[in-house]
Amino acid sequence: MNRIIEMSQVKKNYYVGDVVVKALQGVDLTIDEGEFVAIMGSSGSGKSTLMNIIGCLDNINEGEYVLDSVNVKNLSRNEYADIRNQKIGFVFQGFNLLPRTTALENVELPLLYDRNNRIKHPEIKAKESLDKVGLSDRIDHEPNQLSGGQQQRVAIARALVTEPALLLADEPTRTLDSRTSKEVMALFQELNTQGITIILVTHERDIAKYAKRNIVLRDGKIIEDFIVEDRLIATEVLQSVTDGAIHEMV
Amino acid sequence: MKWSNLYKIAIKSIMKNKMRSLLTSLGIIIGVSSVIVMVAIGEGSQRRIKESFSSMGTNMLMISPNWRKVQSVSKGASGGRNSLTYDDIEELKISCPSLSGVSAIIKSSGQLIGGTGNWSTSVEGVDPDYFLIRNWDLSSGRIFTKREVESKKKVCIIGKTVADELFQGIDPFGQKLRIRNTPFKIIGVLDSKGQNSWGQDQDDIVLAPSKTVLYRLKGRRDVDRIYVSATSDETMSIAEEEIDTALRKTHKLAPGEDPDFRIRNQSEMVEMASETSKTLTMLLGSIAGVSLLVGGIGIMNIMLVSVTERTREIGIRLSLGARSKDVLMQFLTEAIVLSLTGGAIGIILSFLIAHGLTKFTELVPYINPWVVFSAFTFSGAVGIFFGFYPAKKAANLNPIDALRYE
Repeated sequence: MNRIIEMSQVKKNYYVGDVVVKALQGVDLTIDEGEFVAIMGSSGSGKSTLMNIIGCLDNINEGEYVLDSVNVKNLSRNEYADIRNQKIGFVFQGFNLLPRTTALENVELPLLYDRNNRIKHPEIKAKESLDKVGLSDRIDHEPNQLSGGQQQRVAIARALVTEPALLLADEPTRTLDSRTSKEVMALFQELNTQGITIILVTHERDIAKYAKRNIVLRDGKIIEDFIVEDRLIATEVLQSVTDGAIHEMV
Repeated sequence: MKWSNLYKIAIKSIMKNKMRSLLTSLGIIIGVSSVIVMVAIGEGSQRRIKESFSSMGTNMLMISPNWRKVQSVSKGASGGRNSLTYDDIEELKISCPSLSGVSAIIKSSGQLIGGTGNWSTSVEGVDPDYFLIRNWDLSSGRIFTKREVESKKKVCIIGKTVADELFQGIDPFGQKLRIRNTPFKIIGVLDSKGQNSWGQDQDDIVLAPSKTVLYRLKGRRDVDRIYVSATSDETMSIAEEEIDTALRKTHKLAPGEDPDFRIRNQSEMVEMASETSKTLTMLLGSIAGVSLLVGGIGIMNIMLVSVTERTREIGIRLSLGARSKDVLMQFLTEAIVLSLTGGAIGIILSFLIAHGLTKFTELVPYINPWVVFSAFTFSGAVGIFFGFYPAKKAANLNPIDALRYE
């Protein structure tokens, strides 16, 4: 089994004026291929910083970080951009789709920036990716013509299109209602069964329960790291909700 | 990133804000069209000057008396003896093989009486070669002969304006015309030549044999000017040298001494006359160029706003793996597309304006393809120059901050 993430004693400091904010104070973390990990923590715990570092949006000050057998410490801006393009699939909390741009074009976007042209036919690949999230009938819709859940699924399709080593989701359900959240979690679980490694950053315990493994951060350190015993299966939850609704109606 | 993709993205974002894009380009549109139109007006008038000079005659050289220094004292051409004589003309005819025609010019003027009324105009005494030199045909009648010149015959050829003024509805051929009370017989009417470069009516003239005018109207012995024509365009400079040698001989000038005559060719005169209009063209062109520059600043302004407004989009692109250079190129392409589109519209507009000017005003703008090309290129350069700073700003954004930007 491949090791996707290997971090040892990762430290990250921010400077706000003259004040040093120690966002991460020595994080050790290993994540293997096929895992579904939820990173939790209250605001200020350092989980956003950790996510930025995992996603190669930010450099580390100390320690080591190996992503998919590439040491990503102290790379140049361009190298980080290429790593993000090839190894990471981002799903943001605000969807972050380009406005007035069709779903298909949004999904194609990362492929435009692929320098190695790993994927020969971007349009076909993008369609496949939209198909995977169940939106093949919405490819010509622009974000404002899609519901929140659909937008998030477009974002997931965009994250998957480059066949990344890692799907990195930052509070993907924050702006969604509870039912749509469950649908999105069902999609994540399905993708995970297909072998895609997923890291989910969230502050909601219920959402974290859909993951296989939970990591809790506080004050820039990992304080808990455990396998979820009472894991929720989103499809089942959705089924029971629907049954309940029908039951109530009857 | 592929060029086609860059172009596609640029077009897309321009089309998202049609009104704003149009207003942005407007500066360039106005700049480019005004540069082209202004230069076209200037060049048009220059061309008109050149055309009117070429209507003066083909391969023509003008010889006129010049100021001369005699023992360090300048003597005006009009003061004392005029320096050109019939001896000079004879010498030119003998010793200058590069000349195809030589004619004396005797300038005079006077009141004409004849036909239906009277008319005051200039009378020029010329030789038969004059018509060849000036490439001037007759619309009717004949030119006078050498013999008529030598025998000081009182015959004349009138210009179209004179014919219209004095002989409306009558065929002037064979009619009598009194020039300062001396009766002349009209033997021909000149073709119309129109105005010359100074706006003078070239058809308002009476031509008579040079010796007739010299002895019967002026009572002097010297020649005002000599017009000659070279055998071809290539022999012009040889002809000038031959004339110089011949006249130095007849005027008994030592080699190196300042000549008491002056030889001018058409290109000198064209140059002189078009100098002002050239300056004007440059002035107009540079004023218009400034407006093009202002248009460029407009592009920069809008691009800066656009970069701020699209910070989040830039963040998304960066997080998905766009390199700084990709973002830079995206915004730069947008600026260039805006300015080149503006340039293209400006060119179309300038053609419309030029057409309108030709149709509704006296101006005859001439659009030089080279000016169109350079205005277009310059508009592209403006796009690159003023688009670079905003694009650089976009490219240097931190992806995390850009993503968080509300």
